[in-house]
Amino acid sequence: MRLSEKKKCSIAIGPIHPALKEPIQIEVKIEGEKVTDVDFALGHVHRGIEWIGLRRNPLQILYLAERVCGICNISHPLAFCTAIENAANIKVPERAEYLRVIYAELERIHSHLLFLGVAAHELGFDSILHYTWLVREKVLDIIEYLTGNRITKAVLMIGGIRRDITKEQIPKIKETLKYYEKIYKKLCDIFLDDPTIKLRTRDIGVLTKEQALKLCIVGPTARASGVKKDIRQDFPYAAYADLKIEAITPATLLNEIRGDVFDRVIVRLLEVKQSMDIIKRCLKEMPEGPIMYEPVLQKLLVELKQVSNEGVALVEAPRGELIHYIRMKNSEAPVVWKIRAPTYANMHAIPAILKDCQLADVPIVVASIDPCISCANRAIVADKNNIVLNQEKLHELSVKKTLALTKDKVKGEGND
Amino acid sequence: MIEFIYFGLEALIIILLALFIALLFNGIERKLIARMQARIGPPITQPFIDVKKLFIKENIVPDNAIPWIFNAMPLIALASSLLVLLYIPFGGMPALLQNYGDLILVVYIMLIPSLALAIGAFASGSPYASIGAQREIVIMISYEFVLSVIVIAVAWLFSLAFPQANAFSFATINEHAIWSVAGPVGIAGLLLLFISSLAVMPAKIGKLPIDIAEAKTEIADGVLVEYSGRNLALLHMAQATRMFAFASLIVALFLPWNLSNIFSLSGTLALIGDFAFFLAKVFVIMFVSGIFVSAASARLKIDQAAKCYISFIFLLSLIGLMLIGLDIML
Repeated sequence: MRLSEKKKCSIAIGPIHPALKEPIQIEVKIEGEKVTDVDFALGHVHRGIEWIGLRRNPLQILYLAERVCGICNISHPLAFCTAIENAANIKVPERAEYLRVIYAELERIHSHLLFLGVAAHELGFDSILHYTWLVREKVLDIIEYLTGNRITKAVLMIGGIRRDITKEQIPKIKETLKYYEKIYKKLCDIFLDDPTIKLRTRDIGVLTKEQALKLCIVGPTARASGVKKDIRQDFPYAAYADLKIEAITPATLLNEIRGDVFDRVIVRLLEVKQSMDIIKRCLKEMPEGPIMYEPVLQKLLVELKQVSNEGVALVEAPRGELIHYIRMKNSEAPVVWKIRAPTYANMHAIPAILKDCQLADVPIVVASIDPCISCANRAIVADKNNIVLNQEKLHELSVKKTLALTKDKVKGEGND
Repeated sequence: MIEFIYFGLEALIIILLALFIALLFNGIERKLIARMQARIGPPITQPFIDVKKLFIKENIVPDNAIPWIFNAMPLIALASSLLVLLYIPFGGMPALLQNYGDLILVVYIMLIPSLALAIGAFASGSPYASIGAQREIVIMISYEFVLSVIVIAVAWLFSLAFPQANAFSFATINEHAIWSVAGPVGIAGLLLLFISSLAVMPAKIGKLPIDIAEAKTEIADGVLVEYSGRNLALLHMAQATRMFAFASLIVALFLPWNLSNIFSLSGTLALIGDFAFFLAKVFVIMFVSGIFVSAASARLKIDQAAKCYISFIFLLSLIGLMLIGLDIML
């Protein structure tokens, strides 16, 4: 072989690879070190949660929703509750709305700190991984103090929240926030000024604003490219409408937007600060009052059983826009429960941002959209001959299903 | 004949001792890095436990590997890194093989572990290993310039100071501290060379920020990905020894002072004192350029690392060489 001929080689990153925390297969074609083509495949950890949910009543689904994602386990039940509340026209007490915001923002702090550690680890900078995860313990401690659990908090309930934050608990939250104020400065120093981090992340994996808009990218990934979109700002839920949140872009700190990995890291760092401010405001402005719409769960269940309506909820999860759609039809279990996790939208950025990267950039660039694979997984559909159905066939099937559903909706009955 | 056995015995003792110290230093290094990262870290004896465990584990050879190359390379890597230690004077002791080779030979032998690692990786048939091997070769080419400049500078100084002695020989290097033969400008040049030799260290031993050939999160340990069992144990020992050997070389070239001269010790006490002091110096070198840097930096990319060595560090060593040249002309 002549030297001028470049040999193309295909490398599979995943489903099991040290760079990935969850199974996804990213197939990169490389020329030397340069990535020429990228494809990815999902479906390694599909659990059929929606399917299970269609055989449970809403209170039972709440527990399932909490287990969709190990990290966003406030966002998912919050979205589910809001969807059901929208469907059933349940009015949530104001104090509960504020409490929901506090828990959601605590979750955001913990998720973003986790991401910063993972990003550092992908760069080989393990000292920062251990540092960020060490400081993350403090937020997990306060979550445990408030809810009784570090990860699966089980505080949300349809029509309210199950645990109040008492006056005695507030000083401890404030103490934690003060601790993070100090840590935040240090984290900024690390991520903004470290030369090796800058060398590895600046102008790598660039996603332009046009691409972000075209691919419908959501959350911090979109904001890092300069798209000012944030569900908390655009379609406020819970108490966010009172709090007047503004979407954060890298321009807030750096006066320029490049849409690279560095920007995506910085946006998340800035959002940690934003979340701290939101919690502080909530603690100050939170009104007194009940925290549950209906404390007797049997009554609530009976009420939900009467509902024949559909509800959509949009929630800004740490990774971006999370959508839950639910349709009730005078039955115990919902007829449709659909989850669109933010990673499912952001996945489509992967081929675009990996193009023309080096192989060494692949782990950090993939990690920079902060993928949560288990949220995003879809089943691979096969017919009896064990062939994966192609796009046309799937489209045909979904049109049929949609038609059946709309007919169903008009008539108010029919099979599903 | 007796002399030959005696010689072999001595070599064996040095090799076993060096292996022990290299693994011990590796354990201390892991512990120190863990403490820097606010972790508890493994016990200091962890490398010994690892090696012992790996030796009783199954040795898997991939189906599409070339078995004899794949199996031979770890052995060659370990043997060549141990061989270097027979040439380097430990403390005040003259090296065992000092009459059988010189600085140039040692620089060449120190290349062999990297080459063996790369060849073994290519022979394993794994694409991850192939990428790792390519990276290893690229990084080797880029830092080798710097090492050759250092060798030239050292030999130049010694050949002018002692025209009758062999300038490349470790006997000469061991007898005279290099700093004493240079003038003030030359000392500045030597300082630059010392710094550039420290900068080569992470690349030579494959530590962060230049652990590109292994790059756990990118190519899953790259060159080591297919190695297991006995072969991996040998490679672990080779890596540890390589680090120890390179640090010893830097100490022998740039930090040749001994305790016995300062405190006028003699006999066994001088021997032990010098050896302990030598180990302390080696550890300091390892700490400064290996451990501390690797705990405080992200992994560079191959083009960034190569550019850094070929342009920046090479330039630094060239300036050092020029300063030494200036000193000689003055």
